[in-house]
Amino acid sequence: MKTNRPSMSWRPPWWIAVGMALGLVVLSAVSRDGGGVNLLNALVRFANFVVIPGISYGCQLALGALGVTLIYAVMRFSDFAHADTMAFGAMGVILVTRVLQGMGISAGPLPTALLALPFGILGAVILALVLDRTVYRFYRQQRAAPVTFVIASIGAMFVTNGLVRLIIGPGDQRFADGTRFIVRVQAFKEMTGLSEGLALRTTHVITLVVAVIVVLGLFFFLNRTPLGKAMRAYADNEDLALLSGINPERVALWTWIIAATLATIAGTLYGLDKSFKPFTYFQLLLPIFASAIVGGIGKPLGAIVGGFVVAFSEIAFTYPYRKILGYLGFEADGLVQLLSTDYKFAVCFIILVVVLIWRPRGIFQGRVI
Amino acid sequence: MADPFLIGEAITCGYGDTNILHGCTISVEKGEIAVIVGPNGAGKSTAMKAVFGLLPLRGGAVRLGGQDISTLTPPDRVAAGMGFVPQTNNVFPSLTVRENLEMGAYLCPRNMGGRIEQLAQLFPILKERSRQPAGELSGGQRQQVAVARAMMTQPKVLMLDEPTAGVSPILVQELFAKIQEIAAAGIAVLIVEQNARQALSFAHKGFVLVQGNNRFTGTGQDLLGDPDVRQSFLGG
Amino acid sequence: MKPGMGRPFWLALAMVIALVAVGVLQSWNVALAILNLQLISAVMALGINIQWGYAGLFNFGIMGFTALGGLAAVLVAMPPVAEAWAAGGRGMATAAVTLAGTAAVIWALHRVVKVKALRRPAMALVFVVGLALTRSFYSPSVAAIEAVDSSVTGFLGGLGLPIMVSWLAGGALAAAVAWVIGRITLGLQSDYLAIATLGISAALVAVLRNEDWLARGVKNVTTLPRPVPYEQDLHGQDWFVDLSAQVGMDPSLLSGLVVKALYALLFGSVLLVLFWLSHRALHSPWGRMMRAIRDNRDAAEAMGKDVTRRHLQVFVLGSAVVGIAGAMLVTLNGQFTPASYAPFRYTFLIWVMVIVGGSGNNGGAILGGFLIWFLWVQAEAGGPWLMTLLTSGLQEGTSLRQHLLNVAPHMRQLVMGCILLMVLRLSPRGLLPEQSGKHNLAQRRNGTERS
Repeated sequence: MKTNRPSMSWRPPWWIAVGMALGLVVLSAVSRDGGGVNLLNALVRFANFVVIPGISYGCQLALGALGVTLIYAVMRFSDFAHADTMAFGAMGVILVTRVLQGMGISAGPLPTALLALPFGILGAVILALVLDRTVYRFYRQQRAAPVTFVIASIGAMFVTNGLVRLIIGPGDQRFADGTRFIVRVQAFKEMTGLSEGLALRTTHVITLVVAVIVVLGLFFFLNRTPLGKAMRAYADNEDLALLSGINPERVALWTWIIAATLATIAGTLYGLDKSFKPFTYFQLLLPIFASAIVGGIGKPLGAIVGGFVVAFSEIAFTYPYRKILGYLGFEADGLVQLLSTDYKFAVCFIILVVVLIWRPRGIFQGRVI
Repeated sequence: MADPFLIGEAITCGYGDTNILHGCTISVEKGEIAVIVGPNGAGKSTAMKAVFGLLPLRGGAVRLGGQDISTLTPPDRVAAGMGFVPQTNNVFPSLTVRENLEMGAYLCPRNMGGRIEQLAQLFPILKERSRQPAGELSGGQRQQVAVARAMMTQPKVLMLDEPTAGVSPILVQELFAKIQEIAAAGIAVLIVEQNARQALSFAHKGFVLVQGNNRFTGTGQDLLGDPDVRQSFLGG
Repeated sequence: MKPGMGRPFWLALAMVIALVAVGVLQSWNVALAILNLQLISAVMALGINIQWGYAGLFNFGIMGFTALGGLAAVLVAMPPVAEAWAAGGRGMATAAVTLAGTAAVIWALHRVVKVKALRRPAMALVFVVGLALTRSFYSPSVAAIEAVDSSVTGFLGGLGLPIMVSWLAGGALAAAVAWVIGRITLGLQSDYLAIATLGISAALVAVLRNEDWLARGVKNVTTLPRPVPYEQDLHGQDWFVDLSAQVGMDPSLLSGLVVKALYALLFGSVLLVLFWLSHRALHSPWGRMMRAIRDNRDAAEAMGKDVTRRHLQVFVLGSAVVGIAGAMLVTLNGQFTPASYAPFRYTFLIWVMVIVGGSGNNGGAILGGFLIWFLWVQAEAGGPWLMTLLTSGLQEGTSLRQHLLNVAPHMRQLVMGCILLMVLRLSPRGLLPEQSGKHNLAQRRNGTERS
């Protein structure tokens, strides 16, 4: 079961079959009364309820999974505290946002939280470094087993979670301000004359833009700077990195700084998009791990692809397709939902198990834990 | 006589409760090639590790250029001018060849391009495959990258742990030739080698270890000519 | 640092003194309530210690097995709902048959069809058709079942057996599910296994929350029968009133104590039996083999031991013990509330117990269960107390003070984290380390690292 098949070749007949099926659907839609409009309506509805939220959520998961994957690559353990680090960073952002709002400072149409982001990052970085100094460094110097690190990270998870609940409380926090929508449903309908509307929320666009910038920056760092290369080298071959004069403490320091930064950004974007609640953040742990593993743990590119795979599956599996099918000429009785929305978290777990069994090293051939 | 440039003198060390080396001495001068040979389990690799500081000494001392470096950590020894090529896992597999070399120059990136250029004359592979991940190279190519990475640290002593392991026989001679070129540039080279006959043929100095002790020491030619050595270790 | 026999004794004595102190200072009711949950926690920790301590398996799915035990309590002890069976029983049975049939056909296709290009599409087709067919029976039946008197029942009910039977059933159910999960996941190394089991337990609880026909989902099952008498029945009886007069206590107070004590007696005997069994197992040839596999997997494999099979065994056994604890927990609560199963409380806290108590040592795991549960409860109470003290300098009624007082109970997460980290650092093998001494967290780099 552990053996790793070299590559799963995708047979062309599959794609041809899928393409033909799609073609048939399109044809049937176009050939009905109102033809093309119905197809457009279906597409718009799909974009509005699946594509846009999927991209947004995918970016958030990808940023979280990047942190997990970096920590795994460099320090060889799965950081169970990572979701709580996200909550901690987002909490810092919220608190500073409140202060800024109190002082009357805002970012105009953008959420004030973007101004507060550096402070939140600072808070999360400090927490991560304190935990590293007090907890992980000892085990690193001992060259302790990965399980010890995992258990230590559970301790860190309890501590971080406790701190978040102590400082901001367990309740729900909404901190998005500024302009809520870039395109409103009503405006879109009037503009296009379609019966389906498309809403483009500011947070969606911000999420995408910020995620793209951060990911580009991260890849530039990893592939172009001496420190980034040293981090990759250390992840590749710890002993040889030592022989090359790479200081493991420095690598660990920067790994935590980057992971905490990514976590804060991911946590803030998620909070802006939905809302901030410590327990919800804790629950993100599973999709984030799933993203990292599906992509191939230890592979940054894998974390991004994994994030989108998990996000889109979660949404696509739990979205009711009745109306879309209606536009395409298939009237259905039920909701045409593959799984009830309550099983959102089960979806990522199913993907995880499927990947673990058939392709344990993930899409990008990451490490086998 | 003055101390040799690098000397591990009367080294005793081992794993757990047992000692593997019992007061064994290894030394090499600048511009010289010294080869450690011996039967399996004689402590060849252990001697190498002890000299490089990967194993704590239980007796004896290691001196480089007259300075006692017995207490330095391996990274500190790299900074002090010792380059080490481990037997296995001696490249960064997912880094490109070029990046592997850059990592060798991590501590001292001055004039990196020029140094890489220089090494590329010795090892053309560095240029040809510069953008390929080192993990995708063949055994012999990988070994060249490994040696080049160690050379990027600008060592005064280069230590190679069985550099020909996993290298196809045709390329062994070529690799040895390159190592001789490196020594000719004034670098002290210390090699642990299975191909005893071949290695001794060009070595300035040979150390035959048996059960953690120096059994024979002499120039490569002496050892090759010694009937005892031939009888016991070179298969007649 | 090798503790003699003294250490377990003194730690146990300290625990007893702490409980007595709670009894005297707070109330005996509270002390017994803590004791009952301590006993259940100890059983859970014992189950995890069997997996972790004997075999080095990283099971983060405790929550799921606990919930399965709880489900077993409902399915065993609740009376069957005849109307629901009449409304949807046949449909559900058909759905089960079609589902099984689909699986069988897919399996057969996998075996029989040799042409690869045909196999996958055929399997996919059967999967989709089978699922659609199953759903067509399942959905209406679920609707019918859930419509039956939905404020009270709306589920199929159980077997109407005594609830103590469910403790065994809970173990069996957890064992069965653990076998399936183990088959899927036990090829995985430590971190993956942890994440996979964490995910599976989350999915299991999601099923329990949403499948109302099974155990009412989030509507909860609240009227579970008890294995011990009800308080009001007790103090309605003459002999009991006499007894309480003799002891000099209010009958209603005494009845509460007696009921809790009876529970404690039951749980305590289960714990003792399980402890004895696992002790015997650990010191049998089987246990020695397990530890040999744990300490050097490669060597054990080279000697011809089927490691994955042994791991599966121990995974099933440990999960069964957790399932028993889950059933006992629901028995004690008298209700099954799927929404209450949270990984913090039911997975990670149990892990803290095992690590703090001493992995590999059953006595240590039990001590950990007692100690950590005690601290978890007392930290919740102690947090506000401490916070009141700390904030006494602040002005009455300020929002900061109010906020601090509100969040004070959450201090216990922080306390637990600090305890775990401190024990891991200062005494990595726990308060009561394993006697054989080979098992050291800090030395277990082999196996996982080089893979």
